[in-house]
Amino acid sequence: MKNIKFEINGKAVTVKEGTTILKAAQKVNIKVPTLCFHPDLPAWAACGICVVKAEGSGKMLRACSTPVEEGMKILTHDPEIIQVRRTVIELILSTHPNDCLQCPRNLNCELQRLAAEFGVRELPFEQRLRNLPVDNTTGSIVLNPEKCVLCGRCAKVCQQMQNVWALEFIGRGEKTRIAPAADVSLGESPCIKCGQCSAHCPVGAIYEKDETREVFRALQNPDMHCVVQIAPAVRVAVGEAFGFEPGTLLTGKTYAALRQMGFKAIFDTNFGADLTIMEEASEFVERFARGHGELPLITSCCPAWVDYMEKFAPDMVPNFSSAKSPHEMVGVMAKTYYAKKMGLDPKKIFMVSIMPCTAKKYEVGRSKDMFSSGQQDVDISLTTRELARMIKSAGIDFANLPDDETCDSILGNYTGAGTIFGATGGVMEAALRTAYHMVTHKELEDVNFMAVRGLDGVKEATINIEGKEIRIAVAHWMCNIETVLDRVRAAKKANGEPAYHFIEVMACRGGCVGGGGQPYGADDEVRRKRAAGLYKDDRECGARCSHQNPQVQQIYTDFLGSPLSQQAHHYLHNKYQAKPLYRK
Amino acid sequence: MTKLNREGLAKLRAEAKSAWQARATGTGAQIIIGMGTCGIAAGAAKAWAAFEDEIAKNKLTDVQVLQTGCMGLCYSEPTVEVRVPDMPPIIYGKVDAEVARRIVRKHIVGKLLINDHIYDRPAVDAFAEKAAGKK
Amino acid sequence: MAFKNYILVCSGSNCDVKRAAAVHDALLKEVRDQGVENEVQVLKSGSCMALGQCPGVKILPEETLYVNVQPEDAATIITQHLKQGRPVARLLFDRTQTSKYFPPDVTTVHQKQLRIVLRNCGVIDPEKIEEYIARDGYAALEKALFQMKPDAVIDELKKSGLRGRGGGGFPTWQKWLFTKKVAADQKYIICNADEGDPGAYMDRSTLEGDPHSVLEAMTIAGYTVGASQGFIYIRAEYPLAINRLNLAIKQARERGLLGKGILGSGFDFDIELRLGAGAFVCGEETALITSIEGNRGMPSPRPPYPAVKGLWEKPTVINNVETWAAIPVILLKGGDWFGKIGTATSKGTKVFALTGKVNNCGLIEVPMGITLREIIYEIGGGMLNGKAFKAVQTGGPSGGVITKDHLDMPIDYESLAKLGSIMGSGGMIVMDEDDCMVDVSKFYLEFTVDESCGKCAPCRIGGRTLYNLVDKISKGKGTLDDVEQIRTIGLAMRKASLCGLGQTAPNPAISTLKYFETEYLAHINEKKCPAGKCRDLLTFYILPDKCIGCTLCARRCPVSCISGDRRQVHVIDTVKCIKCGECYQACKFGAVSRT
Ligand SMILES: Cc1cc2nc3c(=O)[nH]c(=O)nc-3n(C[C@H](O)[C@H](O)[C@H](O)COP(=O)(O)O)c2cc1C
Ligand code: SF4
Ligand code: SF4
Ligand code: SF4
Ligand code: SF4
Ligand code: SF4
Ligand code: SF4
Ligand code: FES
Repeated sequence: MKNIKFEINGKAVTVKEGTTILKAAQKVNIKVPTLCFHPDLPAWAACGICVVKAEGSGKMLRACSTPVEEGMKILTHDPEIIQVRRTVIELILSTHPNDCLQCPRNLNCELQRLAAEFGVRELPFEQRLRNLPVDNTTGSIVLNPEKCVLCGRCAKVCQQMQNVWALEFIGRGEKTRIAPAADVSLGESPCIKCGQCSAHCPVGAIYEKDETREVFRALQNPDMHCVVQIAPAVRVAVGEAFGFEPGTLLTGKTYAALRQMGFKAIFDTNFGADLTIMEEASEFVERFARGHGELPLITSCCPAWVDYMEKFAPDMVPNFSSAKSPHEMVGVMAKTYYAKKMGLDPKKIFMVSIMPCTAKKYEVGRSKDMFSSGQQDVDISLTTRELARMIKSAGIDFANLPDDETCDSILGNYTGAGTIFGATGGVMEAALRTAYHMVTHKELEDVNFMAVRGLDGVKEATINIEGKEIRIAVAHWMCNIETVLDRVRAAKKANGEPAYHFIEVMACRGGCVGGGGQPYGADDEVRRKRAAGLYKDDRECGARCSHQNPQVQQIYTDFLGSPLSQQAHHYLHNKYQAKPLYRK
Repeated sequence: MTKLNREGLAKLRAEAKSAWQARATGTGAQIIIGMGTCGIAAGAAKAWAAFEDEIAKNKLTDVQVLQTGCMGLCYSEPTVEVRVPDMPPIIYGKVDAEVARRIVRKHIVGKLLINDHIYDRPAVDAFAEKAAGKK
Repeated sequence: MAFKNYILVCSGSNCDVKRAAAVHDALLKEVRDQGVENEVQVLKSGSCMALGQCPGVKILPEETLYVNVQPEDAATIITQHLKQGRPVARLLFDRTQTSKYFPPDVTTVHQKQLRIVLRNCGVIDPEKIEEYIARDGYAALEKALFQMKPDAVIDELKKSGLRGRGGGGFPTWQKWLFTKKVAADQKYIICNADEGDPGAYMDRSTLEGDPHSVLEAMTIAGYTVGASQGFIYIRAEYPLAINRLNLAIKQARERGLLGKGILGSGFDFDIELRLGAGAFVCGEETALITSIEGNRGMPSPRPPYPAVKGLWEKPTVINNVETWAAIPVILLKGGDWFGKIGTATSKGTKVFALTGKVNNCGLIEVPMGITLREIIYEIGGGMLNGKAFKAVQTGGPSGGVITKDHLDMPIDYESLAKLGSIMGSGGMIVMDEDDCMVDVSKFYLEFTVDESCGKCAPCRIGGRTLYNLVDKISKGKGTLDDVEQIRTIGLAMRKASLCGLGQTAPNPAISTLKYFETEYLAHINEKKCPAGKCRDLLTFYILPDKCIGCTLCARRCPVSCISGDRRQVHVIDTVKCIKCGECYQACKFGAVSRT
């Protein structure tokens, strides 16, 4: 590709053809303010804050969407540009509720930060609020259109990244607002609760439903035995809220913080992941080696994906792994196995799971299968963001917590296979490690399956186990799944070889490390770093395959029998069914 | 209908041109009504009906009523061009049913122009000029 | 038996009625006196024909125009012109001054207009392809297909200097060349017929009057850039134009002028209509394209330009109806011919929808470089009811006002822009002393606020705030600070809005503020509307010395706030008065006054 030479604030810069002014400016450490732009998305170019001047043109150009041209002379800051930007910010603020103190994004808001950077001290323009109602019908994410600055990110994310089309612009001109498609409530819309909209929203207009108060209340209740589990992706991201680099592995500190808050037992979803692999890998071997059940087998540990499948691709129900997601497995085991061991009344156990995910809030009550312990298996699912807030409000000095705090190993001990569940390709990799063992009764020399790692939207590979080829596909970002499913459908129709044998799907880009409930500001670089943190955790684990987890082996011996046993089925598996796109 | 090739187009054009010429040189009269949106809104269709009716009443056989687009004289809609052999072509404006009848009786039959409704031809057009130049 | 001559005497509502009548009577008498009443009919025309030099007299069939005619001239006209066949030179309208705009081969000049785009409008039956063909229709297509290489077509456009008539004024040949140069398996041609400016109907009339000219030009473009499919995006509120286009497409297909192997060549091209729901912003090219694609019509950033990445991401030529309609003429008569018309930077003719306070509202096509004075006072027949000219708005809601100081400036893209207005698509609204500039800017802002798509903050929010500020001023509640805010927001909207709608929406406010600041200040400081338009600032009262107590005003008042006995002076209760102005209009004695 051609190189383009141009000038920015008098500095000569050379970049690749097609580079935007914004990217080029970043390259030479010039900061152009933005609001609507997000690196995950093509520039929608709505807000008008990133405007810059080009010599010889009376117009101002949008830095986020304008590619540089040979010989351009760009000026990013002068009094007029600053005044224009400030006016735009002031205009946005004139229709924005002025209540940062009560806002979920207080101190973490892109608009607030812009106002601070521009030193906005007064609101010169007539204030006009729209008085739009809050939509909290999903139980996972909340839409408060009143705070919305119409940057368009959520709609683009939902439509283009997730291919769900649950959000759209409704109305024109000053009446434009973001709303669920067809203007139903979000709960009735096709929304799959992935929360990517909330992770991309620059302001407090779409956010996770906050349930921290319920958790604090339970912790205060002397009758309650509060237990907690953390998902793989939490440990490499929660630190970002406390000034750590993305990807810093903070398992010990997180356990310590939870203990300080008063949880009676700390479990780890990674243990559940190992358990999931035992079931899912067995399921795979059943279908693949013994021909029981349809191929490909498709992973089901992402509830947003499950919701998507039930709504948009119910023809895949027979292909879905019936294994529950890891945190649900830990939940049900806590209220059965652990309760029994400890002599606790399961009704008095309050199970909190800390997830990178907003969809898990929906999953905990998804179907009666989520009550297989006799009561709701997981009582509350919090996001990483909520955890960070809890830590802060509990007055815990997170950065200085010990790193060597351990969890309660009974449902906490994990292998490297369990921890990589948090990254795209991780479930596949973990399953392959164990499936190999189940098929061959041997251990892998090299447990690393590099082909399934990384941020490519669809990763395909052929794995050879004892001369048998396993065709696999890994997809993340819901927009990538249809191509994979179409291949599956085409093969089904042709009645021939299945297109794949095993498919892993995660709704979020990068997998759960990029989950909708993770700390704000994720882009691909952050996702890579978080994933790297998990692979580091994997490398540092003594055991790297789920079947090698002694506590997992123990639970089968003591309680479940063997994978896919009746007992295991009762507690660890669930069913799926087609759902209408719009609920009414 | 057969699709035209170049020869076909040339032939059609020659025919069409002579038909067009015949309109100017023939023996019949033409009433050409501006049937654009503005003309219709101003009542061009009513004028049309009145023309037809008055032509029938006067038992005129050599008068055609034709339509065209907007002549641009929006302040005088409905506008109508009247061509009668041996008379200058005239554009009438504000032609309501009553004026339409007068045009038939007085202009077409009586060969006299009508007071107070004559509008200036708004423009020359590039093609008329070319055609005129050729002559 | 037809008469030998017909003499038309000016008698429009705007004519110098007394003098015209005198001339008419003198001519009538002269005709009788000279015994030619059986050869010559003297008539009152229905309009002013004298292009600002009333009274005018026109002799038919030779179309001789005499101007500034006096009753004393009647005898000379009859004797010298009608009897001896020698025109009266001193009364002749000076055509040399008019014809400076016209190409040399055009010798007959009417009304200072030249019809290239509207050449067939009002001439042919738009529903008959034969009539279009009789007037050299599809000859340009044939010429392009069989005698010209695509580059030659572009060359001809380049020579013509044709620039886009949809508002932007971008050189048409460049657009075509960009599209032609991009390699792609599919390309598209689009005709933009969304026309949504208030008061504009140039495109509608063109399509209603001459649909084939657009089809022919689009086909030529298809051949030139290598596209096989065209779309006409037209607003659904134009049913007649839609019908005629559909009919024209059908006829062209039947004749092999659209479809496969056009005119026996190897070139395929077809055209479909796409109906727009009528959002003004859908006229913006990127919004139009997304709308054809079936999505919400919101503009997107350029580049990429449609020429490179347009409809369905394919290279796309998009031009305005008027641009299209000019193209066949350019190919037939040559780019040089077209390029001789107009000014250095703006070539050819421009169609305007002339409306507002002029006598002869209508659709006009004039050579670029003509002055506003000529348009208003000659073609437009002068100001309605003899009121004083105040300003003219070009470019509709995107444009600005031009004042009497600039009436003599030649109209072209650059000169209008320099004055803070734009050529726009061709709306031209003339305003007189009764038009309030604050009210005018409010009117346009209301339109743009309504039509904003809501995508970008400056336009979505700034537009409404601007409107509210102007509204506040019009109600006498404005402050000097508000004027400053108008300027601040105006700047932000111009610079930071995504599309032309928001970028130009402040123009009416900013330009009226520039040229009529005192009028704004009167609203603010004195709480007065000098033009007597802004209702909230008006007070109606009855002048006791003029009121004869006829009771008419009291009977007209919708809120019955005028009291007084018959033949007694009446009084308005200014508290109850809703300032509707009924009484002001009603009083025959000028007794109702307002300030
Ligand atoms: C808000 C807005 C509305 C527009 N509406 C029209 C329209 O109705 N018709 C049109 O031809 N161009 C319209 N344009 C201009 C088009 O974007 C585009 O420039 C034009 O169609 C190109 O054709 P041209 O080069 O022949 O002018 C509009 C532009 C803006 C910003
Ligand atoms: S969204 Fe941001 S600016 Fe708005 S109230 Fe919340 S914190 Fe403040
Ligand atoms: S949660 Fe996901 S599916 Fe639901 S609206 Fe947000 S992005 Fe769309
Ligand atoms: S809800 Fe948030 S992400 Fe969506 S448009 Fe509004 S501000 Fe942007
Ligand atoms: S990928 Fe992970 S974080 Fe995202 S929705 Fe699925 S389970 Fe939740
Ligand atoms: S300037 Fe106005 S119309 Fe144009 S994109 Fe922005 S909001 Fe929409
Ligand atoms: S302006 Fe209207 S309301 Fe007021 S007095 Fe006159 S008629 Fe009555
Ligand atoms: S960041 Fe460029 S327009 Fe919003």
